[in-house]
Amino acid sequence: MISIQGFKNTFLYIDMFLEGMVCTITLSALTVILGFILALVLALMRLSKCKPLRFVASAYVEVFRATPMLVQLFIVYYVLLADISLPAFKLFGFIRFERLVPGVIALSLNSGAYLSEIIRSGIQSIDPGQREAAGCLGLTSFQTMRFVILPQAIKNILPAIANEFVTIIKESSICYTIGVQEIMAAVTSAQMASFTLAEPLLVAAAIYFCLTFPTSKLIAHFERKMSRGDKR
Amino acid sequence: MATSDKIIQVQNLKKYYNKGALKALDDVSLDVNKGDVIVLIGPSGSGKSTLLRSLNLLETPTEGTILFEGTDITRKKYQTPDGKTVKVNIAAHREKMGMVFQHFNLFPHKTIMENMTLAPIQVRKMPKAEAEEKALALLKRVGLEDRAAAYPIQLSGGQKQRVAIVRALMMEPDVMLFDEPTSALDPEMVGEVLEVMKELAKGGMTMVVVTHEMGFAREVGNRVLFMDGGRILESGTPEQIFQSPTHPRLQDFLSKVL
Repeated sequence: MISIQGFKNTFLYIDMFLEGMVCTITLSALTVILGFILALVLALMRLSKCKPLRFVASAYVEVFRATPMLVQLFIVYYVLLADISLPAFKLFGFIRFERLVPGVIALSLNSGAYLSEIIRSGIQSIDPGQREAAGCLGLTSFQTMRFVILPQAIKNILPAIANEFVTIIKESSICYTIGVQEIMAAVTSAQMASFTLAEPLLVAAAIYFCLTFPTSKLIAHFERKMSRGDKR
Repeated sequence: MATSDKIIQVQNLKKYYNKGALKALDDVSLDVNKGDVIVLIGPSGSGKSTLLRSLNLLETPTEGTILFEGTDITRKKYQTPDGKTVKVNIAAHREKMGMVFQHFNLFPHKTIMENMTLAPIQVRKMPKAEAEEKALALLKRVGLEDRAAAYPIQLSGGQKQRVAIVRALMMEPDVMLFDEPTSALDPEMVGEVLEVMKELAKGGMTMVVVTHEMGFAREVGNRVLFMDGGRILESGTPEQIFQSPTHPRLQDFLSKVL
């Protein structure tokens, strides 16, 4: 079933795989940025003194954790953005922008919910004395969050963040269902054009591994860098 | 003793928990004058830490007022005599009240130098070079100028607390609040911290100190307050408090700690 010839046939379409890889990276990178910003806002809302803000944020998290990613993606693509015509140009010459955007939105909305819970637990893990000390030095609550609480919280939750980033890269493959030309799209094309089944999938798995493994290594590096204050 | 320069005036302060079931502070009034070194003593749970922490609103009082340099900081806003509504900026007031905690609360992810310069640079907009120069001078005063690049975890408890004191001094506060500054220290490190506090008092710093160090209260304090059950039961000079205590609770307390 798996043969050298099958790989040879698959590698005829390597350009599609490379384009798919760039597409997956673009999709994931945009999702990580937008998802993180959304998560930070949600986490701060959940920790705020204002009850309605807390309610909205927790309702959001509950809804997005309790519904399947695929359903969310289809709702964004077929319902929310159905009547909005996005500019139809190709990013880097091959990524269809009007398909990429719904994918990024759906993935960000979803990962924002998960990341916000991670960030919230990170913030809550910091000793209240840190906030008190910062406040007593005259720092505003924003400055306290930015210079004292978040740097320590992020350091504590980096392993969980790494996990979530890796999940985003892998889950981005779902966007193939709305016609984003990412790695899985390349797999299908290669399968149909070369009459092979297994080899394109194995190539795709290898590419995903090559993307996710360095990501976790990179975050582990930051973790070490941020732990300078932990060593005696 | 000067009575004119009142820095802090606490009037009928109450702090209730569980709708009054627990009275952490039960109608406490207190004036802090410029140059005062006020020492709060009393058993644990007597309300002395709550009182201290109320002074810069780390605890929100249930009732009563705290005037800091003439402004009632327990109100969110107040009316000036000409009818304007002014918002009370608690961050600006806290800046003038240095606070030292039992557990130091240094920022573990920042070096000693960064711990000291963060607030001056961010709050006062002081140039970095100037802030670092000032920090070095203060570290020198407590004999820690060679530890500027270290992280808090690399310091001993006594060293951490000395850094915490000079970190507060970076903001040039009008009054320093100490919340059991030596309670978390190994016995042999208590002296070095008390020494720094004595120096501060000699320099004329207004201080309010919660402590179990009776020697410090006797030697450095100009007024000692004995608290129990959320009330100030007795106050006076160290001589009055320690030589001729009148309240039976105080006599009992002193017989146990001295």
